[in-house]
Amino acid sequence: MASETPPGGGGGLLPASSLRRGLAEDIAMRGGWPDTVDREWAWGGSTGRGARVCVIDSGVDPGHPAVGAVSGAWAAEPSGESIAIVEEAAQDPVGHGTAAAGIVRSLAPECDLYSVRVLGEGNIGTGRALLAGLEWAIEQGFELVNMSLATTRREFVAELHRLADAAYFNGTLLVCSAHNMIMESYPWRFAAVVSVGSHEEPDPFTFFYNPQPPVEFYARGVDVEVPWADKSVITATGNSFAAPHITGIAALILGKHPELTPFQLKSMLYMTAANVGAAA
Amino acid sequence: MSGDELRAAVAAAALGSEELRRSLLSAIVEVARAILGARASSIVLLDEAAGELVFEAVAGEGESLLGTRIPAARGIAGWVAQSGEALAVEDVSADPRFARDVAEQTGYVPKGLIAVPLIAQDHVIGVLSVLDRPEQASFSVAESDLLSLFAIQAAAALALVTRTRRAQRVLEGEDEPLSAVARLATTLDRRAGEENGQTAIALLEAIERVLRDR
Repeated sequence: MASETPPGGGGGLLPASSLRRGLAEDIAMRGGWPDTVDREWAWGGSTGRGARVCVIDSGVDPGHPAVGAVSGAWAAEPSGESIAIVEEAAQDPVGHGTAAAGIVRSLAPECDLYSVRVLGEGNIGTGRALLAGLEWAIEQGFELVNMSLATTRREFVAELHRLADAAYFNGTLLVCSAHNMIMESYPWRFAAVVSVGSHEEPDPFTFFYNPQPPVEFYARGVDVEVPWADKSVITATGNSFAAPHITGIAALILGKHPELTPFQLKSMLYMTAANVGAAA
Repeated sequence: MSGDELRAAVAAAALGSEELRRSLLSAIVEVARAILGARASSIVLLDEAAGELVFEAVAGEGESLLGTRIPAARGIAGWVAQSGEALAVEDVSADPRFARDVAEQTGYVPKGLIAVPLIAQDHVIGVLSVLDRPEQASFSVAESDLLSLFAIQAAAALALVTRTRRAQRVLEGEDEPLSAVARLATTLDRRAGEENGQTAIALLEAIERVLRDR
């Protein structure tokens, strides 16, 4: 019986839920971490090059000088009863996605930015476009997905939960802005994502781990100067702007350590938070 | 007309006029404005079918906006309605779309604004905005939290207004056989304190018993 079970981590036909004796070598994780993981080790010298960041939002304006090149842009569009994800020329009718992309770019200047536009004309208040866009982004295997938006609709919770877990297991870390409402909304509440609230410090690299979830990290989110629609720049406040700070820092980490799984990346964020360990 | 709709229609009749309901929303935006020491405050309702936001209540500057519709696919309030995320922006005039689409209609361009979603039964139904503060430049995280908390009350009021308005439409439907019952409820509510009102209620209770016992 046992001989028919695929070895743990060995890439067999069945998923391994146990590890057979002597096969630990198959899942050896090379390149151990230092005793103290500091920011220099985590992302020193990185520009985010190699990390692919997808912004699921209102689109991204590629012509904005604070955003730079957008490597690919898609939009969720109603297609009969369902929603299709179609390639489009990058655009942002609101400005919000451009703000998120600009923050990521300011921290990780050489990461690759992608946009999936799920809000705007034709998608008012549906929430279904958000789901379709997220599913698509996970299928593409982007290492990082920034979601500065949420849905309050209960009918989507089970499907969103499934997607959040699929992302986590497939190598995509979802970074989501937390709601400050005493209201149930998703996907930021799920344990498989990184949820981010705001602090009031002006330094973009200052972030804190919160030992009292569901909000897991606090990042800069107050009076942030961000690119907006029509090539403008505005000063904005909200958790929407905190999440892309964590996304940008995660892109820097991935630029230097591309092998990291979502679990490891989240752990490294924890170890480099301003209130943790040596840095506290 | 379903039983629920009938009950809602009768309740709407008893709840009174559109003016009364509007005054509830007006009071809420007045308080929101006062809490944050701002120049203006507004509530917009999300009309999903039309893809628009409709001004339902305005305090302070921009009162002429009442009833005005703006596209929900763009702008800051539109974003909040779509994403469910609270947002505060300083120097709104730097956002050219905002200035062009909304503020120029009124001749009033706010400097900064904070907008929070109004959520009822897990749907975003509108947005509460507070605009411009002469005393203090930007909105803090604590104020955003405070306004979000206050938005729960605003959402409940807005949900009530839209529900009674819908019921009112049902009530006024010409071929609704039960609309007579709702009209009767309005009249009874008005005359409840009078002697013939009491007599009418007693009579109706007798009719109800007859119908129930059959």
